Amino acid sequence: MPLHGARPVGYLRARLSPPAKSLMPDFAIPEQVRPEDSHVGRRQPRIEDRSLLRGEGGFVDDVPVKKGTLHAAFVRSPHAHAEIVAIDASAALAMPGVFAVVTGTDMAAETDPMIVGFENPIDYYGLAVDKVRYVGEPVVAVAATDRYRAEDAADLIKVTYNVLPATVDPVAACAPDAPILHPRSDSNCVSKRHFVHGDPDTAFAEAERTTDLTIRYPRNSITPMETYAVVAEASSETGGFDVLSNFQGPFSVHTVMALALRIRTAALRHRSPKNSGGSFGSKLVIFPYIVVLCVLARKARRPVKWIEDRLEHLSASSVAPNRVTKVEAAYRSDGTVTGLRLTHWDDHGAYLRAPMPAPIYRMHGVSTNGYFIRHLEVTNHIVMTNKCPTGAVRGFGGPQLYFAVERMMQRVAVLTGQDPLAVIRRNLIAADQFPYKAIAGSLLDSGDYRRTVDEAVEQGDLAALKKRRDAARAEGRLYGIGYAACVEPSQSNMGYISTVKTGLERERAGPKDGAVASVTVSVDALGSVNVIGDSVPQGQGHQTALAQIVADRLGLTPDDVVVALDTDTAKDGWSIAAGNYSCRFAPASASAAHQAATRVREKMARIAAANLNVPVAEVEFTDGKIHAANNPDNAIPFYRIGGLAHWSPSSLPDDVEPGIRETAMWNAPELTPTTAKDEINTSLAYGFGFDFCGVEVDPATGVVTVDQYVSAHDCGTILNPGLAEGQIRGSWASAYGATFLEEFRYEDDGTFRSGTFAEYLVPTAAELPEIRLVHPTPHPSPYTRLGAKGIAEGNQYTTPVCVANAVADALGVEDIELPLKPARVLAWMEADEPPPSAAVAPDGEAGEPGRPTIDGSGEMQVPAPPQQVWAMLLDPERMARIVPGCERLEAAGDNSFTGAVVLGAGPVRGRFEARIDLTDLEAPRRARLVGAADGPLGSSRGSGEFELVAQDGGTLVRYRYAVELSGKVAAVGGRMVRGAARQLIDRFLRSLIREAGGNAEPEAAGGLSGRLKRLVGGRA
Amino acid sequence: MKPAPFDYVRADSVEEAVSVLAEHGDEARVLAGGQSLMPMLNMRLVRPEVLVDIGGLPELAHIEDEGDTVAVGAAVTQGDLADWPELGTALPVVAAALPHVGHFQTRNRGTVCGSICHADPSSELPLCLALLGGEVELHSAHGVRTVPADEFQRGVLTTAKEPDELAVRARLPKAQDGERFAFLEFQHRHGDFAVVAVAAKRSGDSVSLAVGGVADRPEVCRWDTLPGDAVEDALNDLAWTLGGGDDIHATARHRRQLVRHLGKRAIDATAADGAGA
Repeated sequence: MPLHGARPVGYLRARLSPPAKSLMPDFAIPEQVRPEDSHVGRRQPRIEDRSLLRGEGGFVDDVPVKKGTLHAAFVRSPHAHAEIVAIDASAALAMPGVFAVVTGTDMAAETDPMIVGFENPIDYYGLAVDKVRYVGEPVVAVAATDRYRAEDAADLIKVTYNVLPATVDPVAACAPDAPILHPRSDSNCVSKRHFVHGDPDTAFAEAERTTDLTIRYPRNSITPMETYAVVAEASSETGGFDVLSNFQGPFSVHTVMALALRIRTAALRHRSPKNSGGSFGSKLVIFPYIVVLCVLARKARRPVKWIEDRLEHLSASSVAPNRVTKVEAAYRSDGTVTGLRLTHWDDHGAYLRAPMPAPIYRMHGVSTNGYFIRHLEVTNHIVMTNKCPTGAVRGFGGPQLYFAVERMMQRVAVLTGQDPLAVIRRNLIAADQFPYKAIAGSLLDSGDYRRTVDEAVEQGDLAALKKRRDAARAEGRLYGIGYAACVEPSQSNMGYISTVKTGLERERAGPKDGAVASVTVSVDALGSVNVIGDSVPQGQGHQTALAQIVADRLGLTPDDVVVALDTDTAKDGWSIAAGNYSCRFAPASASAAHQAATRVREKMARIAAANLNVPVAEVEFTDGKIHAANNPDNAIPFYRIGGLAHWSPSSLPDDVEPGIRETAMWNAPELTPTTAKDEINTSLAYGFGFDFCGVEVDPATGVVTVDQYVSAHDCGTILNPGLAEGQIRGSWASAYGATFLEEFRYEDDGTFRSGTFAEYLVPTAAELPEIRLVHPTPHPSPYTRLGAKGIAEGNQYTTPVCVANAVADALGVEDIELPLKPARVLAWMEADEPPPSAAVAPDGEAGEPGRPTIDGSGEMQVPAPPQQVWAMLLDPERMARIVPGCERLEAAGDNSFTGAVVLGAGPVRGRFEARIDLTDLEAPRRARLVGAADGPLGSSRGSGEFELVAQDGGTLVRYRYAVELSGKVAAVGGRMVRGAARQLIDRFLRSLIREAGGNAEPEAAGGLSGRLKRLVGGRA
Repeated sequence: MKPAPFDYVRADSVEEAVSVLAEHGDEARVLAGGQSLMPMLNMRLVRPEVLVDIGGLPELAHIEDEGDTVAVGAAVTQGDLADWPELGTALPVVAAALPHVGHFQTRNRGTVCGSICHADPSSELPLCLALLGGEVELHSAHGVRTVPADEFQRGVLTTAKEPDELAVRARLPKAQDGERFAFLEFQHRHGDFAVVAVAAKRSGDSVSLAVGGVADRPEVCRWDTLPGDAVEDALNDLAWTLGGGDDIHATARHRRQLVRHLGKRAIDATAADGAGA
């Protein structure tokens, strides 16, 4: 897999010859058309693809904007944590083409903090106010006539910072001595809730056995092709704003924006275009940018457009919270788990943005997964750290939870000496227990989990996989099998977020529940059918599925139905749950479409009944005709009845209104508020997934290769097998990334390392192993109109922990941390590394993981006595000649210098404002330097020591340095900064030698060539 | 991600390109395929006053078989070289390495000399140049000079090319009878910069191994003789000598392990009975 050396020579010519066989996998999910439908259940090709595959999609950037529209750019923080001392935008404002600059101070004056679902100590305005709290945080927004000028202007804005210590680990951030992010709180743990369901104390006290495991789930996201895009304009008519963006919902956040902007909600007109280039949750927290852009547009008195670039997206848009979980299980020696304790530290980065901290509460009701466990204790710490704030990411709290629970099931199997599959089966809820009220409140609607497992084992041929494992192990290879089960929630209860509040706080705030979905179906004067809805698709194929559903209700074909899913809050039917998230479409939007189309059908049936002279109950819709059920010849074309409602209202039955336009606002009564005992039915429908896989670990490289992966998902009624399969395969791809490659890396001081796609690695088609899909017997939901449940998130839940369990099985280790980078896996194998022979001194400059520091040491002979070298080092004029790239250097008090230097490696260079202080002076023997440099490329803090020793008529300079680098170069140049720093130090020292009158020809690569020659020479 | 302002000159000849470089020196950058330069420009990591575009110069678009060497002009793309029919026999190690250089889309724009001049410590083409002991021909207003590979790449993104010089061609020695080569690399995804890349050459008793991705530039170790039972110890010492640090893609220890593992496989593959790479 990642080791690509073994490619056959034929690969070279691969691009010239077609592949031997089609790369398209066979479809795994069969068509299944129910008797009452003719299109739902079919593999209807996607209507969307007619335009998307021709490059005719309509994304925000395709929408024409008004003449004079400006473009925005942001000044962003290079620091993880710092006070903002001053912002000077005068040079930017003086630039031609620059219209407005907005700072955090402006935001605090003109807007209110953006609210979150519970009382908290955080004032969040979209731009940093007084302090920055993560690398990449927007500090200043600037609007200019084009993006180039806007970025030029942003470069001219000078922000002065006072750097503060940062905290990045969610557990350490809760310690009393941790740096505090938000001054209104004395702890970075801004919410702690403790839940007891059943009697966990007794369950643990009386347990035959107990065990615990601590897991650390990494920080990742799923990165859409299209980034954030906003066009905002102030409206004189309403005093509000008109906004076009690719915001994905939930539209509850529309109220958050309007409140922040201090306007009526109706005066915030938000439109979303026809297409959105993927989101996977990320386009929820575009809303702070919308608020900032509105303020910027009002100040500039022109519309302002902003397309987020990839650097901005990766450092500062939205990530899933990383989480530390201590999971404890009480269990019997037969593997039956009787109690579970979960202590979560959920790391939300620098700010909470609505609806955070939702992910952990969205999964609360299913904390026991699909298992019959009646005693549960959960403690949730919501923690602030100096990292990018969080948002929605496909899976929304599930990957973190299930990683803990399913790793524990594997541990229980190991500790009881059983097959993990047997432990999973034993604990699963039985078929006759549905609908099953989980102990934390989820009402699991339908399923037969053991049957799904059995079907996956049978059809996925686990027996053959076990043989492959046994054969591999017989050869001494490291092979393991992993299993994972998951309950897949869909259609979130808008009330679950209130579980973060105490019962008393909930009582004060009033009830919150439900998840209203809206679809409008209309029939025009010539009988054409139009559908609009609030599902805000991002590529999933909603148009196709809605056309199938409505066509079935009205006896038409999907091609007879035109579905328009761009949205306009001023004109559409919508409620707070509108949007595209948490597998909402299949249960909610599909039900709303079914309901709206049914109302249209009922109305048309009444009009037709009068024309056909039959009772309404006997009217049927088939093949574009409306006819009597028992006499198909007694028929009237669909378009005639549609037309009648428009052309001749007087011919309609007395109680029928003219026109045909029905809006369904669909909700399910099962979505009730959090109870006084903190039980919450977090979602409406719950699918079930079960995966198993075989992996092999290469002991030489640490590479984990997926040998086979089998995945089964019961999502009830399948609306369109092609769309469902697309979701499973897509989820597999993103889950594969989370498992093997994707992680936002921060150093201990908050330095951000994953600024581009060369650092944040996303799997491509070349990395993805084939997945074997099993289609188990479906168990439709009794609570949704078509019995459909969500299917888009299943592999986010199962894949990371299924693979982790397989690696644990292969290596016999307990602590598995994602992503499975080979270097990490190699360390788990604990093989002793051969030491170097005596002739070879190890390079002393290898760093330690988690340390942001570039450090080194060395010595060099300078041909001048110590007194003279000392004088040089303290003389700004001579130092200006010695320091590479020095443009200016002046004394700033005793033993302090300020200046400007151009630093870099090769063509990568930036001008830095620098300050150096010499301390602990012992003339002419030693001193300590402390320095700082700031510029557009980033920010650097460093210290060093040097010692001058008289030797051979000259001076031996011994030096040590440690440099920390944050900001842009640290985020995008991680591979090379260490070497670049070495190079700079080397240049400085050689320049020092030359200044002292010596001859110091630069030696390539820090003298390594010499060491290599000695290495070979010693051997020859 | 928009570049700072710059002037753009599309050179009509090497002379013109060289004269622009003579005029602007360090403030000018040469643009050929742009696969490294354009992202750096857009990220404002590089802010030249002038870009000199040599990508369209026909005089630089040639691959020439010079007998013992192959001269690759500065406008020859990595894709052009991969498609050169003689590549497999003339430069088998380059043929093996090229599929690892980015993706075929980037190879269709990125040039061979551009990659060599960019001097990324993990790049495959500088590694091949180092292993083969090739050279780079530099032109300036002062004349022409040729710099051997060992002296050309000096460190991270840094070469011996002066600001007023244009790399006009790279020369790569052709495989001689009896020489055997291998190339292997470890990367997280196909097309990524190598975590560790190795290229091996066996000529008679002597074995050379070039290692990229570890030190600040590709380093070549040449053993006059390297019996099979000495390979592992030799590679272990090499791994410790090269050093290498931790970054977000790998640890120093992982890199040492990869030097030992890939080095062994590559050297074994060059043995007379080896399978080749």
